[in-house]
Amino acid sequence: MAATATATISPPCALIPYQGLRGALVSTRTFQSTKNQRQCGRAAAAPISAKFDLKPPPYPLDALEPHMSQGTMSYHWGKHHRGYVEKLNMQIVGTDLDGMSLEDIIILSYNKGDILPAFNNAAQIWNHDFFWESMVPNGGGKPSGDLLELIERDFGSFEKFSAKFRSAASTQFGSGWVWLAYKANRLNVGNASNPRPSDEDKKLVVVKSPNAVNPLVWDYLPLLTIDVWEHAYDLDFQSRRADYVSMFMEKLVSWETVSARLEMAKAQAVEREREEEKRKYEEDNKNSSNEAVEMYLDSDTEDSEVNDQM
Amino acid sequence: MGSFSLHASCLAQPKLPWSNDCSQNLNSLKLPALQQRGPNFGSRKASKVLAFYGLKSPPYELDALEPYMSKRLMETHWGEHHHGYVEGLNKQLEKNDILYGYTLDELVKVTYNNGNPLPEFNNAAQVWNHDFFWESMQPGGGGMPELGLLQQIEKDFGSFTNFKEKFIEAALSLFGSGWVWLVLKRREKRLEVVKTSNAVNPIVWDDIPLISLDTWEHAYYQDYKNDRGKYVNAFMNHLVSWHVATVRIIRAEAFVNLGEPKIPVA
Repeated sequence: MAATATATISPPCALIPYQGLRGALVSTRTFQSTKNQRQCGRAAAAPISAKFDLKPPPYPLDALEPHMSQGTMSYHWGKHHRGYVEKLNMQIVGTDLDGMSLEDIIILSYNKGDILPAFNNAAQIWNHDFFWESMVPNGGGKPSGDLLELIERDFGSFEKFSAKFRSAASTQFGSGWVWLAYKANRLNVGNASNPRPSDEDKKLVVVKSPNAVNPLVWDYLPLLTIDVWEHAYDLDFQSRRADYVSMFMEKLVSWETVSARLEMAKAQAVEREREEEKRKYEEDNKNSSNEAVEMYLDSDTEDSEVNDQM
Repeated sequence: MGSFSLHASCLAQPKLPWSNDCSQNLNSLKLPALQQRGPNFGSRKASKVLAFYGLKSPPYELDALEPYMSKRLMETHWGEHHHGYVEGLNKQLEKNDILYGYTLDELVKVTYNNGNPLPEFNNAAQVWNHDFFWESMQPGGGGMPELGLLQQIEKDFGSFTNFKEKFIEAALSLFGSGWVWLVLKRREKRLEVVKTSNAVNPIVWDDIPLISLDTWEHAYYQDYKNDRGKYVNAFMNHLVSWHVATVRIIRAEAFVNLGEPKIPVA
């Protein structure tokens, strides 16, 4: 995810905001860099403020018809998603959170479950960005390649995964989200309770979360999501959430995007593993240098014992 | 129109003071002990009971709350959502041998299980909540309460306007799905505005609700889309039934002492 904070930070001429590994996937918003260039030329006229922008979905609002109507999209994106952006911008002005990336704000304000005021808005912005990108016109069907292999490894078959996902989406009571996520190798996240505290790792899991919570707070790597807040399907499906979920799975899911996210997740997992190993190696080295000194002392005492016996 | 519930929620309907009440302290409430019973308990010949609770109709026609709550919305909200909770609850109870013979009130409190809700809680509480909600509204509602209820509101909130502001603010700040209540707190002996998430309601804490507002999105989306503020105002100004709230607090006064008792001088 291009840490969706396209923060228009002026005056430093850091023209292209660092997007990191996650930025690679999303189409770079080139207009942002030109904006920075223009501001760089002028004397810093605007006060330093980092505001989040309402990112449009990667397709026009009517592109998902007839499955997700333009009416739903215009309210869901145009009113709800926009509302979260506007509210967060108001909340962070003049606080420590001003200038942070969206994901950092989410993790910080989650506060291990005792959420701070900015959390709901920040997480909802991230969730909706992720949701639009999880869909594509003429989507649906089945995944392929590595993703399909992993699904078959971790769920048994694609049909079993699909049934699990649909069941989770139908049983999430109240507002929330359902996710396919990649659980990678940091089990002690020190941040709220890990919903899958098993020994298994580097595994695909289906998880559901209430209200604005998302798997970032559990240090999982999200791959796919469906919004089961009622505003996501009330206009098109009224109470029939199961039909909405079916429609989503059959007609809208962008397996390409999910596969790309999986590749990034696997790469991140490998990177983490390397960091862990490096850290362990450094710790071991410290220990072994101590042992060498002790061994020297030991051999000394042994000699003296031998001498005594003699 | 749906069938009437055999176990009508006592608090929602005005009842005569000497009739069977259910708003006692949970400790003194003689709940049937949780034991293996089932619908055939005591009778080998009894046929299998399939429907435990019924879908209760609102006390007005589905189009009676127009234009503030459209007929189409009522058909969806009552006919699909509320109905769905009733059917869901009955299906769950079919497979459950222990939860049998409770009134709806009792079922809500028992399945709440002191904060560790059983799977049946969500459905049971939502059935209760919606029964209570329809009865909290009336055609030509809104306005202000009178006499005793108004006095109590002024005592506990300062003024009716202040209460209204608090109620609206609670409704607008509730994140996710839930309900907003004007409730008589039994222990504190005062009125308060309370917001709850998802299916939770004040009777699980043994308090006495007077009115409720459904802030689940399904309650207003078809008519108001994302504009929850407009919906809340429509409710306060045109739908809320202060008549029903007054009846409810009159009943409550039989169980909660709201003022200094007037001890007659001999």
